Amino acid sequence: MDMNEIKEIFFQECEEQLAELESGLLKMNDGDRDPETVNAVFRAVHSIKGGAGAFGLDDLVSFAHVFETTLDCVRSNKLEPTQEVLKVMLKAADVLADLTNAARDGGSVDQARSRGLVKELEALAHGELPSASAASEAAPKPVKAAAPAPAPVKAASAPAPTDDSGFQPIPFSFDDDFGGDEAPVAMPEYEVSFKPRSDLYAKGNDATLLLRDLSRVGEMSIHCNMDALPDLEQLDPEGAYFKWTISIKTDKGEDAIRTVFEFAEWDCELDIRPVEDAASSAGTDEELPMIPVPFDLSVLDGDGIEQAVEAAEEAPKSKNDAAAAVTAAETASNVTQLAAAAARVEKKEAAAAAANANAAAQNNAAAGAGQTIRVDLDRVDRLINLVGELVINQAMLSQSVIENDNNGASSINMGLEELQQLTREIQDSVMAIRAQPVKPVFQRMSRIVREIADMTGKSIRLVTEGENTEVDKTVIDKLAEPLTHMIRNAVDHGVETPEKRTALGKNPEGTVRLTAKHRSGRILIELADDGAGINREKVRQKAIDNDLIPADANLSDEEIDNLIFLPGFSTADKISDISGRGVGMDVVKRSIQALGGRINISSKPGQGSVFTMSLPLTLAVLDGMVVTVAGQTLVVPLTAIVETLQPEAAAIHSFGANHRLISIRNSFCPLVDVGRILNFRATQANPVDGVALLVESEGGGQRALMVDAIQGQRQVVIKSLEANYTHVPGIAAATILGDGRVALILDVDAVVGASRGQSLKAEMSYAAAG
Amino acid sequence: MSYAVKNMTQGAHELIAFRIGDQEFCVDIMSVREIRGWTPATAMPHAPAHVLGVINLRGAVLPIVDLSARLGMKRAEPSPRHVIIVAQVKRKVVGLLVDAVSDILTVTDDNIQPTPEVSSDYERQFARGILAIDRRMICLIELETLFPDSESEAA
Repeated sequence: MDMNEIKEIFFQECEEQLAELESGLLKMNDGDRDPETVNAVFRAVHSIKGGAGAFGLDDLVSFAHVFETTLDCVRSNKLEPTQEVLKVMLKAADVLADLTNAARDGGSVDQARSRGLVKELEALAHGELPSASAASEAAPKPVKAAAPAPAPVKAASAPAPTDDSGFQPIPFSFDDDFGGDEAPVAMPEYEVSFKPRSDLYAKGNDATLLLRDLSRVGEMSIHCNMDALPDLEQLDPEGAYFKWTISIKTDKGEDAIRTVFEFAEWDCELDIRPVEDAASSAGTDEELPMIPVPFDLSVLDGDGIEQAVEAAEEAPKSKNDAAAAVTAAETASNVTQLAAAAARVEKKEAAAAAANANAAAQNNAAAGAGQTIRVDLDRVDRLINLVGELVINQAMLSQSVIENDNNGASSINMGLEELQQLTREIQDSVMAIRAQPVKPVFQRMSRIVREIADMTGKSIRLVTEGENTEVDKTVIDKLAEPLTHMIRNAVDHGVETPEKRTALGKNPEGTVRLTAKHRSGRILIELADDGAGINREKVRQKAIDNDLIPADANLSDEEIDNLIFLPGFSTADKISDISGRGVGMDVVKRSIQALGGRINISSKPGQGSVFTMSLPLTLAVLDGMVVTVAGQTLVVPLTAIVETLQPEAAAIHSFGANHRLISIRNSFCPLVDVGRILNFRATQANPVDGVALLVESEGGGQRALMVDAIQGQRQVVIKSLEANYTHVPGIAAATILGDGRVALILDVDAVVGASRGQSLKAEMSYAAAG
Repeated sequence: MSYAVKNMTQGAHELIAFRIGDQEFCVDIMSVREIRGWTPATAMPHAPAHVLGVINLRGAVLPIVDLSARLGMKRAEPSPRHVIIVAQVKRKVVGLLVDAVSDILTVTDDNIQPTPEVSSDYERQFARGILAIDRRMICLIELETLFPDSESEAA
């Protein structure tokens, strides 16, 4: 694994940490004051800083450091995480993300912005901003915590355990005796026994040199045991007979000693044992009787306690070696009995810090549902393609077996059935690998809302719902762009300024609601704002001006709203000044369509607009009904079909010149000839000869789609038409059937839409281009 | 990705020549992926007249274009004797239905004559030049103008 790969892993982890950071901050913003949330936020920044330091990403480290300092103030209750404070922190999280991206892709960041935020963060850390309450609160709290009354301690500020007697040990400073930094008495001692084998010398190592190296680790005394040395006659010149016993005092830990012997480890007998200090171990293992100790009341002034607490927290972390710190603390506890109690506090802290060190890995594992592995997406894609081929192959095999069925060779049929089931299961499992919650995309949106709201001087709250709804990764990836566009529009054009909102009697803070949910095999994503809604007058006028509709067109409100999806609107820049949202909505619509999805808009003047996107859960497979229409084989998505029926002549009624209705249980439903709408035949087929598929479209309303015959129900692998051809109105995608031929997958909603009178052909771009 | 011929200012380059009716055409060999026999295509709704439909090319959906119709000549009646030239045009792959592949030519730029001035712009649009080889006239086709990127076209 080379450096770049390691770096890449670091950046992947950064992404996770950044997501954690943002979600934590947002939780705090919603009033979550759980210390674990604060810790998680802190850890995220801390791990980014640590990793960035390892790669020498100085900008990132220095910013993360300032951020971390401020977060530490929140963690130690010195800074109240008010809305204002969190706003700054969320911005800082954005900058941190920018810096990470810049470090990864070599881009640049807005220096002014990050400098400004550094200042803000520092100000917060010094308790200056944004309210004076932060500073005044800092002092009284520790006093309260230290008060000998049996009042419960503030967990985050002084996690001192309450004793049986109700006595509360108070950690305070003993002239820096237990900082660990300058405590020579506290130096842990190790006993090293080292017996080289002859191999050690054979490989050119020299015990003397090893011992010399060891002397650099700490202060040591050496004893050489020569008992094994034989008489001269019996002495093997290549043998090894000496054994050394070294006692060494070092604060560098056991690992440092082990490092010295790193290359000799296999060729010697090595035993390294820490020497236990009898006095201190006695003090830590058991509950001590509490002896009242007179102590200086001046420690109650707050500062002293705080220092002590901080020292307790900092010592193990700064050394990055919790164990050593514990030992240090233990030794320090010899000073007085009370100190031993304080050391116990520290030991707990140290243990917590040790847990923190492993936090990233362990915590994630514990928090998540189970263990996960990181897999290159290409590999999963490859697997999915292979499974797709498997499904096609299996279908081919089934078909040829059925065709050649000579009086039901039952073992073949049974095997085939099993194969079918297995294929299905494999497919489902493989698909599940790619399924991911939409959460990351939604989280990204909250940043966009923040930024645009800031830019436009609006106050906007983003509410997200159903962010754990799972969709295929490819869908999620492709969702981000259109969603960003729409959110931008909603904030920029949809929601009014606070002044205007107040004047209208609305809450000055606008709300943008982003919802995801599953509905009948698709994912439904809704973006709603409580803004002004679409200004239909202006949209209509714009459409007329741009020759998109005739001046005398009689359009319903819904039709006018949908005009903003027309390509002509994207070129108009003035539309952004008014509440219409024309800018690039045709692009949004096209990218949603490219995903096999649909987008709808509904808007109420003065109350806001709702964009509804319905997307397939996966871009890979689909349950379909295979039908024949005018000699062509088509696949109709099963999710769209409500029921199938064989029309009777009596149930068919003509309606006007061109329309026919079919009566189904006393209601009338328009009959749509798929063959004619797709231009496969010129005249309508006789419904009695065919089968009607009752479908329900996204826009609501039922239609009976006329096809000639139903061949069967099958799971098909979706193949893109756009890859080599172009988008075809009325067709969602293509697939390959068992006989190796291409079949088209019907876009039910487009067909239903076309039956309402909108021409399918109008959208045909390839014809115009070719 | 630019058309290979443009980059090869000197030296020889290879072209694939094919017949449509009584005329001969050629395209740069670098854009040809494979040559295969005719298989029935699945018709596409609302397709322009020159699009015969789509076929399955080892799992990918490949549109088949009647090159004769696309060049404004009479429509082909596809039969098993017809040939499909699978060509890469920019990011897309397209199958060109032609009567037969006739030759592989190695030519230099000097062999390529500019397109003669004919009255119709249509022919001049897709012809990159004319080759005169063995008293034959072979028209060098520019595939990129024949099949423009529909995405950018539509915008």
